[in-house]
Amino acid sequence: MSQWPFVIGAYAVAILLTAGLLGWAYASMRRAEAAAEELTRK
Amino acid sequence: MHAFANPARFLKIAKPATTWLLLAGVVLAVAGVIAGLTLTPPDYLQGETVRILYIHVPSAWLGMAGWMGIVAAAISQLVWRHPLAAVAGRATAPAGATFAAVCLITGSIWGRPTWGTWWEWDGRLTSMLVLFFLYLGYIALASAERERGGEGRITAIYGLVGAINLPIIHYSVLWWRTLHQGESIGLSGSSIDKSILWPLPLTVIGFTCLFGAAVLMRIRAELAETKVEARMRRMSR
Repeated sequence: MSQWPFVIGAYAVAILLTAGLLGWAYASMRRAEAAAEELTRK
Repeated sequence: MHAFANPARFLKIAKPATTWLLLAGVVLAVAGVIAGLTLTPPDYLQGETVRILYIHVPSAWLGMAGWMGIVAAAISQLVWRHPLAAVAGRATAPAGATFAAVCLITGSIWGRPTWGTWWEWDGRLTSMLVLFFLYLGYIALASAERERGGEGRITAIYGLVGAINLPIIHYSVLWWRTLHQGESIGLSGSSIDKSILWPLPLTVIGFTCLFGAAVLMRIRAELAETKVEARMRRMSR
């Protein structure tokens, strides 16, 4: 049984979940800060 | 610590810190992952699956460190009434839950070729799964309490009670000697050969920086949302 599919699968999960967390945190931060700036300008 | 209680002062430090943590995290984590996949030899017993170590160990550390952060935030909130503590606790939980999930999934993938099973109700695996569910409970409770306009005290107490699980996770491999191997990295050294171990500090520090960046981004998002909500309330009067 080749072990590489398990290694690649584990790395794919780790990279996707970490990138997903960072992407979600960044998008929510940009959205909230843009809304706050918009209100300050009004 | 109250020097950072002022959100403006906190943001002055948090904004550049987010960028630096992201950059350092990406560079170190990518370097560690590439080194772990290409530059280290396979283990004489585990073969190539030993490479899962470079992502499994940082995620296990961060899953537990996240709850330690929640405990620190809860103490700051309940004892010193630090105004940013509840925000910091809420910001830490999604990152902690993500890394607890990464730890469980990568451990399960490693277990299949090594132990011959995806899952076993072993002390370490079960207590880590309990930690993941504790995170989900914390996120749900914090969200419900915030919607009702609460100060987050119930969530903080839940965070303190949930800390009971941390020593259980840590000592589970000593208390119940079942499938999960004992501690291979401790303060006194490591049983893992140096030729395999060296990329691990890169991924541990790298993923820790990314964890910090995610927490800072969530704190910034919550502070901006609070600012918008306060302004809307004033405008509606």
